[in-house]
Amino acid sequence: MAATPAPGTSKGAHSDVTGRRKKGPGALATAYLVIYNVVMTAGWLVIAVGLVRAYLARGSYHGLYYSIEKPLKFFQTGAVLEVTTCARSWTDASLCVFCLVSVSLQVQSEDSVLLFVTAWTVTEIIRYSFYTFSLLNHLPYLIKWARYTFFFVLYPMGVTGELLTIYAALPHAQKTGLYSVTLPNKYNFSFDYHSFLIIVMVSYIPLFPQLYFHMVRQRKKVLGHTEDYSKVE
Amino acid sequence: MLKSTGVGFMEKVQPPAKRKPAKKAKKAVVFFEVEILDAKTKDKLCFLDKVEPNATIGEIKSMFHKNHPQWYPARQSIRLDPKGKSLKDEDVLQHLPVGTTATFYFRDLGSQISWVTVFLTEYTGPLVIYLMFYFRVPFIYAPKYDFTTSKHWVVHLACMCHSFHYMKRLLETLFVHRFSHGTMPLRNIFKNCTYYWGFAAWMAYYINHPLYTPPIYGEQQIRLALILFLFCQIGNFSIHIALRNLRPPGSKTRKIPYPTKNPFTWIFLLVSCPNYTYELGSWLGFTLMTQCLPVAFFTLVGFIQMTVWAKGKHRSYLKEFRDYPPLRSPILPFIL
Repeated sequence: MAATPAPGTSKGAHSDVTGRRKKGPGALATAYLVIYNVVMTAGWLVIAVGLVRAYLARGSYHGLYYSIEKPLKFFQTGAVLEVTTCARSWTDASLCVFCLVSVSLQVQSEDSVLLFVTAWTVTEIIRYSFYTFSLLNHLPYLIKWARYTFFFVLYPMGVTGELLTIYAALPHAQKTGLYSVTLPNKYNFSFDYHSFLIIVMVSYIPLFPQLYFHMVRQRKKVLGHTEDYSKVE
Repeated sequence: MLKSTGVGFMEKVQPPAKRKPAKKAKKAVVFFEVEILDAKTKDKLCFLDKVEPNATIGEIKSMFHKNHPQWYPARQSIRLDPKGKSLKDEDVLQHLPVGTTATFYFRDLGSQISWVTVFLTEYTGPLVIYLMFYFRVPFIYAPKYDFTTSKHWVVHLACMCHSFHYMKRLLETLFVHRFSHGTMPLRNIFKNCTYYWGFAAWMAYYINHPLYTPPIYGEQQIRLALILFLFCQIGNFSIHIALRNLRPPGSKTRKIPYPTKNPFTWIFLLVSCPNYTYELGSWLGFTLMTQCLPVAFFTLVGFIQMTVWAKGKHRSYLKEFRDYPPLRSPILPFIL
């Protein structure tokens, strides 16, 4: 069978197929997305509940990380599947911080860890509920509002927590040569995790404002409409 | 019949022979009016009256530029539909689906820079940067190694190959390539230079490092790698020449490339973009020669990008030419 139509025939049929492919996700994809988002929301709720209970039981922040470590690891790994839904640039740094934190025992009792874990937890619960409800076309205004308002505090909180954690872990990374490869070796390659972390920290300077102001602009677009409607009434 | 002549019902038509001899045969010329609106805001940006029906989009762009000096023709995107495709400079006004008052939509493409400038800049960087690492300029390696040379002969060979490759690219840019588009957006130069210069520095750092480890299989591996590299460099150059010869100077015609007398072009039988195929081969050769992981990464990333471009080009060929040879693949024979 020839790959191209015979000379003189139209190419209309060809463009039809591509046109159909452009439409939104089918039923199966939507189902997958809904299940994924419901599971993620539930997971983060479990972590949040775990945090609160552990705090009430212990009366202090120390060791709080251990109590939620397992579910946190599980759901953060699950968040890697996020790539199948949409890309999120700060997930990379978060994953990186996460790797570091899970290996470095000393860092786990740091307040900075609690800071960003709390920020993430709340953010993720809201975000995954937002996606779930959106997919089901039943989005309560409260969830939408929360998603586009809480970030004002949660983003700086999360970023501060992450940066403090990375900073606290730097000496350990340097001392143990964590995740690092040195020369000479037969692949003529080297990697210094310590320097890499410093680069990551510096990269927050351009990246965070972009992300933050993107959310601010999104907020105006998403929440702005409803304000106009209420004025008209 | 009366309607189609454009002449009034009762008017007597003067026989052309009785008129004073004119330079051109006088025809009723219907001038067009052109209005140009902003594609986003729909504001009326420009109104041109008495536009010749055989005016090209390029000429209209020049007229628009006179009204708005900040928007030189290269940064204008003129389209029939606000969200549609850009019209080409060669498109003729009267052949477009417009009435005698044509409405076009304008989009600013942003500051533009010429392709030649971008190519020259992005290729000169790697040439110079690699040599800085090769000569072990201070502040790269430990001070005791400053201005020393490697004891491994493959490192000298690699330097020659890398330098040759980029010199070839520079010369091709100046003397061989015929570009379809004059310009690209200015921000591309930053993106492209970061890519080329960054990778060049990364690769050069390891190859010219005092602790560099030569290939495991020694001379055999290096010889094979060099043959592959040179073969593909010649191949790549042959394809560039063949593509250049498809297109007369100053024209933007597109034709299907075919194998020529040069055996290196016979790959056209199986592949749409053999220049990319040969480029991949060259870098595989260089990877094998240096046995360096960063070089392998560079080859991989380049391969991915070239595959995307090859698939796009292949698709354009298929769309444009009904009789395009069905045996051809975009970049890898029968595979990709």
